Amino acid sequence: MRNRMVVVEGSYAVAHAVKVCKPNVISAYPITPQTHIVEDLAQFAADGEMNCEYMNVESEFSAISALIGASAAGARTYSSTTSQGLALMHEALFNASGMRLPIVMTVVNRALSAPINIWNDQQDSISQRDTGWIQLYAEDVQESADMTPQLYKIAEDEDILLPAMACMDGFILSHVYEPVILLEQSLTDEFLPDYSPEFVLDPKNPMSFGAFADPSTYTEFRYKQEKAMGVALKRIEEVALEFSEKYGRYYGGLLDGYMLDDAEIVIMAMGSVIGTIKDTIDMLQKEGESVGLLKVRSFRPFPADEIRKALKNAKVVITLDKNISIGKNEGALCTEVKACMYNRDVRVPVIGFMLGHGGRDIPVSTIVKMINKAKLVEKGIFIESEFADLREDLA
Amino acid sequence: MSLLKPGHRGCAGCCDALAGKFVLDALGEDCIVVSPTGCLEVFTTPYPESAWGVPWIHSLFENAAAVASGVEAALKAMGKMNNTKIIAIGGDGATMDIGLQAISGAFERGHDFTYICVDNEAYMNTGIQRSSGTPMYASTTTSPAGKVSFGNPLNKKNMPAIIAAHGSPYIATASVAYAPDMIRKVKKAAQIKGPTYVHVHAPCCTGWKFEGSKTIEVGRLAVETALWPLYEMENSEVTGVRKIKNRKPVEEYLKAQGRFKHLFTMEGGAEGIKKIQATADWNVKHFGLE
Repeated sequence: MRNRMVVVEGSYAVAHAVKVCKPNVISAYPITPQTHIVEDLAQFAADGEMNCEYMNVESEFSAISALIGASAAGARTYSSTTSQGLALMHEALFNASGMRLPIVMTVVNRALSAPINIWNDQQDSISQRDTGWIQLYAEDVQESADMTPQLYKIAEDEDILLPAMACMDGFILSHVYEPVILLEQSLTDEFLPDYSPEFVLDPKNPMSFGAFADPSTYTEFRYKQEKAMGVALKRIEEVALEFSEKYGRYYGGLLDGYMLDDAEIVIMAMGSVIGTIKDTIDMLQKEGESVGLLKVRSFRPFPADEIRKALKNAKVVITLDKNISIGKNEGALCTEVKACMYNRDVRVPVIGFMLGHGGRDIPVSTIVKMINKAKLVEKGIFIESEFADLREDLA
Repeated sequence: MSLLKPGHRGCAGCCDALAGKFVLDALGEDCIVVSPTGCLEVFTTPYPESAWGVPWIHSLFENAAAVASGVEAALKAMGKMNNTKIIAIGGDGATMDIGLQAISGAFERGHDFTYICVDNEAYMNTGIQRSSGTPMYASTTTSPAGKVSFGNPLNKKNMPAIIAAHGSPYIATASVAYAPDMIRKVKKAAQIKGPTYVHVHAPCCTGWKFEGSKTIEVGRLAVETALWPLYEMENSEVTGVRKIKNRKPVEEYLKAQGRFKHLFTMEGGAEGIKKIQATADWNVKHFGLE
């Protein structure tokens, strides 16, 4: 296995993964830190390594709009964006999901303006959580790449037909060079079936896409999207296992645990910070601390049942959010973890920490600090939610 | 039977319904139509019904050209283009205001498709609000005539000139009041490779305030007064115009519609009419209409 590894940039690994999925149409607009992915894809196209239409469009809004047309015409489609670009797509994201078009898009997570900032947090994709897209969050470069064929398989499932975002942390994963296994074409051909949708724009069998629905029919469109997300909950797990059988790599399905069994303190997080948390846990376990990790891989669909099961022995839960719902003083993961427990027997205190905004580094020391704060719960001191890495001199 | 089926919910005398029918008469079955949000989209597709006898997609208000370019790219990539014509049909708001950027992008990229603007000179679907297609001194709900206003104070945007600046191989203006001319131009536009454009003048009885039986009459008056010149452009040069015999004064066009009524009742309205006449005169000179 080790000898198949090559050292490449994260963006290249993802672009290569896209290539072996054989999309028919790629449409994208350059934005930092997504640029290297689309540049690598453009080079593949220029070198004749991809049999696809590569569209240089004039905005992210047209990038996603072109894919709506292409996907409705029966093409496998791909785009990548981040931050402002994803925000600009917002309206069309609802549209793609409402029309049940299984577009796959890599979101290279970055902060939103103002103030303008090109570095990583997850405010961009979190802000799109209600648009009806599947959202998986990758821990490292290999997972970012491997997510691509997994998401095509999930999104294109005829019982799902929802668009999907593969979320990877900007710079931390997109620009890092690390050893990865580039996805093999032959394995991917076996793993990912051709896309042959039942409903397409075809003059031989005319159909109408995007009709308007009045109050007597609208609700059921939403209901069916939600139902499809329910199917995706199962398929994400299954497809992760199918991928593992074929390629020999597994990162969890909806969730993944690390030192989770019997851990008194459970940290929940998404994305590249997982690696730092694992290192911290290794360090603390040696010191006899009972700390575990529950990695959230799927934020949409949100695996509420699985989270409740995973937390049933926890004494206290810490959530890490690289985002904030301003006015709620909480990150989205914190809010949703709390919400999924309220009506059930699981009664674990949840302490929310917001951190890593605009690319602020999350060192081991910050994670240790949060764990120590969480321990105060035993003494009756409870923190609802707070910023974990504020600079006192600027605050 | 027309490929735009009867039973849709357009107003009696609807210009969009005429335009849609003529476009499909010109194209036949082997086409894919993209509609932005607007009257045509709403009244032809109340789920689960559809009046479209050809494949049709509506996505959003401002992205029809981008969606059409994606359809074209997909057919090309999958080797399914054959002779299928890809057509976007949008209103003046979707074309000249909110969708302008996507149109510019699609024309610059050179996709093989035809964009048809059905221009009824205001946002009719939302209730007759002003667009950049609204002509000077027309009263709309957001540019109403009032004690100190003659209605829309601005000139209509010259959309064909904007498309011409993109180097489109074929541009034409047409009118729903001249069906054979419009059908010929749509057919020609669709047959020419590359991004082509047809801008169709479409009198809206509801928005312009005239009887639904007068749509064609009002449309003809626009052409006969030279307020709507009919011309064709190939590679950005005017190559053909429809000459006007016995040109009529603009008053005949204006007084047929409620949206210009104030010009005939308000003090100073005559000045406005003069200005509109000057626009017609300029068209005659510029396009050599006489």
